[in-house]
Amino acid sequence: MIAPAVVGGVLLAGPLVALLVRAPWGELGGLLAGPVVLPALGLSFGTAFASTVVCVVLGVPLAAVLAGSDGWPRLLTRVARAVVATPLVLPPVVGGIALLLLLSRTGLLGRPLFAAFGITIPFTTAAVVIAQAFVGLPFLVLSVEGALRGVDPRFAVAAATLGASPWATFLRVTLPLAAPGLAAGAVLSFARALGEFGATITFAGSLPGVTETLPVAAYIALTDDPGSAIAIAVVLVVVALAVLLALRERWLTGLRA
Amino acid sequence: MTGALEARLGVRRGAFELDAELVLAPGTVLAVVGRNGAGKSTALATLAGITPLSGGRIVLDGVLLDDGGRGFEPPERRPVGLVLQQPALFPHLTVLDNVAFGLRAAGAGRADAREQAQHALEDQGLGDFTDRRPSQVSGGQAARIALVRALVRRPALLLLDEPLAAIDAELRPALRASIRGVLDSFPGSAIVVTHDVADAEALADEVVVLDSGRVLQRGPLAGLRAEPADPVVTRLLAGAGQDGGSGG
Amino acid sequence: MTGIARSQRILLVAVLGVAGLALAACSEPRSATPAAPVSPTGSSSPALSGTITVDAAASLNTVLPKLAAAFGSAHPGTTVRFGFGGSSALAAQIVAGAPVDVFAAASTKTMGTVTGAKLAAAAPVTIARNRLEIAVPPSNPGGITGLQDFGTASKTIVVCDRQVPCGTAAQQVFALAGVAAKPDSYEPDVTSVLTKVETGDADAGLVYRTDVLAAGGKVKGIPFAQAARAITAYPIAPLSASQNPALAKAFTDYVVQHGAADLTAAGFLPPR
Repeated sequence: MIAPAVVGGVLLAGPLVALLVRAPWGELGGLLAGPVVLPALGLSFGTAFASTVVCVVLGVPLAAVLAGSDGWPRLLTRVARAVVATPLVLPPVVGGIALLLLLSRTGLLGRPLFAAFGITIPFTTAAVVIAQAFVGLPFLVLSVEGALRGVDPRFAVAAATLGASPWATFLRVTLPLAAPGLAAGAVLSFARALGEFGATITFAGSLPGVTETLPVAAYIALTDDPGSAIAIAVVLVVVALAVLLALRERWLTGLRA
Repeated sequence: MTGALEARLGVRRGAFELDAELVLAPGTVLAVVGRNGAGKSTALATLAGITPLSGGRIVLDGVLLDDGGRGFEPPERRPVGLVLQQPALFPHLTVLDNVAFGLRAAGAGRADAREQAQHALEDQGLGDFTDRRPSQVSGGQAARIALVRALVRRPALLLLDEPLAAIDAELRPALRASIRGVLDSFPGSAIVVTHDVADAEALADEVVVLDSGRVLQRGPLAGLRAEPADPVVTRLLAGAGQDGGSGG
Repeated sequence: MTGIARSQRILLVAVLGVAGLALAACSEPRSATPAAPVSPTGSSSPALSGTITVDAAASLNTVLPKLAAAFGSAHPGTTVRFGFGGSSALAAQIVAGAPVDVFAAASTKTMGTVTGAKLAAAAPVTIARNRLEIAVPPSNPGGITGLQDFGTASKTIVVCDRQVPCGTAAQQVFALAGVAAKPDSYEPDVTSVLTKVETGDADAGLVYRTDVLAAGGKVKGIPFAQAARAITAYPIAPLSASQNPALAKAFTDYVVQHGAADLTAAGFLPPR
């Protein structure tokens, strides 16, 4: 038992330790403020924040619908859940390809969009946000749905008999009581968005300041500017660890509930 | 005086069937007693609009609230207050905002709603608790706050579901007296569901005995004691709170 | 994804390599000697056996497997495996110690990374050259006519990132043509550029002439004059880290001596 556990621990912690040991700590400040990392840093945090907002705006209603789906036919509920969770298990590159097929200029939705309004989505910052929201949404929906289901239904009954409409009851009672789940879901989808690579480079491309986020910049820098690549990796690892430390065990319970 | 109720409550749910007639004069208090599963809580749920009728009708002060079909008013549009056995104070709001909640839902501004809520709490001697969270008040205080919260909307009909069942036995008489005081100054009518005859005796003008979804007997408590129509009535009136549950 | 596949492959190759070495040590000690003279066509040599891994630029991914098949039928018992990708990334992996036997790059500069680290077992030999061409969707929706359109902000333009050879060549031709290019994306390899032209998301991209030919009718190629002055060379070299240097050298020599016809058919220019 102990030996495999130690090996497993080394497998998980080893790469992180190696990254931190090999990081060019002395030059880190200069690299982070340099021409490769700084624009990517700003773009990544900006798009990750925007996609988290998108996830909350779209994900909370989706979670509410799923949380109230007990009366649906069983097959429909299962299909709905599977669709929501798909981006979690899909290779991100596949997600990027799927997004291209939907939103590229020749895509299912992209073609009429381009024909009618001249709107092109790939190669724009909006495409980055869409790719990030695609991969981040399941975290928010599953976390919020679990939290909504965990709210004692008597609070909604009490609110209704106090004159609150179903909408007001949801906004002012049920949702605030599910706030920890919402916060956990938002933080998780933010972290996922920050780390998004495959769908972004496939769907949005890579242009410094527009679509070149931290992971994309790290990948491209790796071949001839490994210092910048490692600096970016350190930033992403630190953010990921901070997120998980802040959430502690909550995200697991949120997804499980 | 408000709260003239004419109701015939029909609910069918699997093997269980509720078919009970409840009539209240304005300003009166009716106790509904019965064993677990007699249909007491279901009856309250239909009156509050939580459970729609499958048959019968509910008319309050001449307004149709439910006719078992299309004529269904949702709970938020009924002049009916409900206080549950567990007071269900909103844990994310202060006591003051709990009481102001119904006023805000009715369209009052935040400051106005809070001021009215403050007065209502002070009237009941609860002015010291306004800034506390529900987790910081005792069970008895929570029950009284829930009562104030329901009444501040000025409902025509107040429904109390086992208001004392969750309270420690030694604290019950004081709380019972407190509820009595509130109901005395309340202009509407009220229905108290209880399994404890002491509650019915202290709070109600009349008693309805419910069993298996049907009304066994109705009248003043003294009359029921003198001439019980059924052995179940005799047993219910003899023992106070032997089943301890909230009813079904 | 590719990272995982690659590391699995590396592991597999490492295991095979160790096994092959052990086998060779027992039965055929001669084949493990680097100095062993091996005839390029190999038909007279009984020593060739085992497996080698060839890392090669993505643009070689149709020609090299064809040559390997012919090599395999001339030398039964040998297997040539391929890892295709962006040259720079492959070079970085080789420098980092990836167990690769032969490297074929899409520029002398990337090969220089490997030779500079003293990892080549022999001097690199250029097997072919390639030139850039503009790729547009068959209907040419952007109305692209030449390199000057790459400076128009309203057109959607994709090129390779500066750090891969096709990107270096792209910057060269822009400089030669005096075009201030305004790309909408710098892609990590030439395949990604081609894909975005094929899906119609880009009005134009800069790829190799061989990529345009390999794509069949899915893109249209537009040649331009400056391409002739930014020719990229494809050097190949066996690597000193090889566990099967005889096979590595034999395959390299085979490609050098017998690859011309297939490379030309794929659209490559002769080595000079």
